[in-house]
Amino acid sequence: MSTHSHAEEHHITSNKTYIVVWAALMVMTAITVYVSYINFGTFNIVIALVVASIKASIVALYFMHLKFEDSITWVFALFPLSLLALLIGMTITDTFTRTIVP
Amino acid sequence: MGDGSVEHSHGHHMDPAVEYSSSKLGMWLFLGTEILLFGGLFAAYAIFRAKYPEMFFEQHVELNKKMGAVNTCILIFSSLTMAMGVSAMQRGKQKVTAILILITILCGLGFGVVKYFEYSAKFHHHIYPDTSIFFSLYFLMTGLHMLHVFIGLAILAVLFVLTLKGKFTAKYNTPVEVGGLYWHLVDLIWIYLFPLLYLIG
Amino acid sequence: MANHTIAHNVYVPFLEKKGILSWILTTDHKRIGILYLISISFFFLVAGVFALLLRYELLTPASDFVQPHTYNVLFTLHGSIMVFFFIVPGLAASFGNFLIPLMIGAPDVAFPKLNLGSYWIYLLGTVIVLIALAKPADTGWTFYTPYSATTDTDVVLITLGVFVLGFSSILTGLNFIVTIHKMRAPGMTWHRLPLFIWASYATAVLQLLATPVVGITLLLLITERTLGVGFFDPAKGGDPVLFQNFFWFYSHPAVYIMIIPAMGVISEIIPVFARKPIFGYKAIAYSSLGIAFISFLVWAHHMFTSGISDIAATIFSFLTFLVAIPTAIKVFNWTATLYKGSIHLHSAMLYALAFVFLFTIGGLTGLFLGALAADIHLHDTYFVVAHMHYVMIGGTVMGFFGALHFWYPKWFGRMFNETVAKIAWFFIFIGFNVTFFPQFFLGVQGMPRRYATYPAEFESLMSLSTYGSWILGAGIIIMTVNLIAGLINGEKAPQNPYGSLSLEWQVPSPPPLENFEEIPHVTDWSYGYGKKK
Repeated sequence: MSTHSHAEEHHITSNKTYIVVWAALMVMTAITVYVSYINFGTFNIVIALVVASIKASIVALYFMHLKFEDSITWVFALFPLSLLALLIGMTITDTFTRTIVP
Repeated sequence: MGDGSVEHSHGHHMDPAVEYSSSKLGMWLFLGTEILLFGGLFAAYAIFRAKYPEMFFEQHVELNKKMGAVNTCILIFSSLTMAMGVSAMQRGKQKVTAILILITILCGLGFGVVKYFEYSAKFHHHIYPDTSIFFSLYFLMTGLHMLHVFIGLAILAVLFVLTLKGKFTAKYNTPVEVGGLYWHLVDLIWIYLFPLLYLIG
Repeated sequence: MANHTIAHNVYVPFLEKKGILSWILTTDHKRIGILYLISISFFFLVAGVFALLLRYELLTPASDFVQPHTYNVLFTLHGSIMVFFFIVPGLAASFGNFLIPLMIGAPDVAFPKLNLGSYWIYLLGTVIVLIALAKPADTGWTFYTPYSATTDTDVVLITLGVFVLGFSSILTGLNFIVTIHKMRAPGMTWHRLPLFIWASYATAVLQLLATPVVGITLLLLITERTLGVGFFDPAKGGDPVLFQNFFWFYSHPAVYIMIIPAMGVISEIIPVFARKPIFGYKAIAYSSLGIAFISFLVWAHHMFTSGISDIAATIFSFLTFLVAIPTAIKVFNWTATLYKGSIHLHSAMLYALAFVFLFTIGGLTGLFLGALAADIHLHDTYFVVAHMHYVMIGGTVMGFFGALHFWYPKWFGRMFNETVAKIAWFFIFIGFNVTFFPQFFLGVQGMPRRYATYPAEFESLMSLSTYGSWILGAGIIIMTVNLIAGLINGEKAPQNPYGSLSLEWQVPSPPPLENFEEIPHVTDWSYGYGKKK
């Protein structure tokens, strides 16, 4: 990670870093596509989502410079995700624990 | 309170450093709302995926995995050029930035073209948003995403013109960086849509 | 950094410029606040008229004044307009806009143009809904599926309007969060911020992060009606209760979008007129954030009778009780601030006291409804209506009226007639209680909400409630006339009529165009009353 200091607090990421990140993203895309042709049952979902989350994280950290942002940006980047988890989690809890009255 | 010594006076215009960090924080906040806007669809996906696994398995094969993969590559590449464009602007290279933004725009358009062929193929096979829950999800998720691609393209077009006009410098490039953040979100969401819709069966 | 020596002693009040363009193209937060204030007050009065019509129909058991369908349309319009046009933008957009930059010592909000854009989006939303009135929806303000997906009234336009309003709300919230983070004057640390700012911050977070979910929900409802999507349609494998889950994920936090700013107002008014430092500053400040956070965890308590699972209902019932903690913390601290204070019963203070009293009733009856077993009996009865109005009128509207009377001299540079204001308060307080207190009894006796007719046995309480609505209406008319009269021929307001220590009172009334001639350097909090004289 090379940073050139010029204006205050500006981190300029080098093109080399970007290309490494891009290559990693492409490799992971290839992995998910490849894995989708093999039947692992439920693990297909797990693998796909884990890989997608790693991809999303490095896009956020490097392409979007989240790595260099202050804590308040981190809070507002992560808090919506926890709300999303809450929305999905609790709606699923409701939907799949209902007693069906005949 | 309010009767203490006056440190400095500053008039109507914001301090550039404050403006820069405000704009960036503002965009991050907006991205948070965007994620939750898609959140309803992700939640619906999760519920119906769990409820009707067979439907998702049978119908997802109708989607063109290759086209989806191509579009994924296009968007990831456009994210790369966007990120490099922002860095180039921070180094004051206006021409390089303009070219990189232009490539990003072309990628976005390319994504739209591929999507257009995908949608037409679906309509050709009489698959519409009301065909099934799965295709409702497919069309709404990719449709809402497509809308964001268009908004992103509009932003990029403005940035491109302003860059050509020399409005941005190594010192002042907030709009490029903030517009770039928005474009990365488009990529970010697609990173999830692609496996959820095309790959998981 | 501009040197302002030339500008010294030239005071140009922000209201100086005339002409319609100086209003509709303004980026001055104080003027945008006024635009919101006029808009929301207008819709408050319109929706209030609908309420009076509803109550008039309910004077007698038969549906003799309007047809049941018209009644359904009326309560839909009353609810939707009150919620989405008045009370959600409400205090946050009007007083939030006016006060946040002044209180934190900033020349404006962080994004003044975006601020104007928010207002224009708000107007666009109202226009869409007004067009929708050609064939008004009869679904109630909650737009529950499956009825909203099948009724032949115009649900699409009104929900589209609400969707657009949501964007206005999101952008306002975004603007305020960034403003509070980035624009505070030197020395204005977090723990010196006025409590109204803490409340506005908590509200803004909710606006920002809850609203998009209702946005997508309404969008899905629209696709349900236009594209034949079936997420909420059991015939297509969908689930109508899913709509309620999504809807309340926003709409419960939205309840706090409505009430938290009012709590902030009360926290400002009480110490000024009790001449005491606010008791438990940090507790009040952080309880605002606490309420905002917990409000995301309780949405399904609106759905205990909708067929959600027992496990989910139990979890949500438990979590609902948690909201009582930060809310009670606030009430205790306000009461403690009043204790041994030298209380001055200004009209704003009367509204603040009414808030504490009525909101306590509203909050405690909310616990009845949060309790699973009790809710089975009380759900969808007048008990809910009464509880909701005790919180929304007894809470938010009292806070809104309090804010109006408190900051009126600052905002408009004029004084209103204090005696008339007190008379109006008396009518409003009495009228409100006569209208809504009987509804608790009606609810417990089993009178369901949203019916144009009712059994004769409820007639005495029902008509009492209607008489109360007339007293309440009269009070609001007196108040409105008094405040408008003050604008026309009220005395000129002094800079700081109550001796408040907060920053907005340290500038002339009305404030100058740029708020502060020089950005102040803050050295203390604004609640140091009665300490050193």
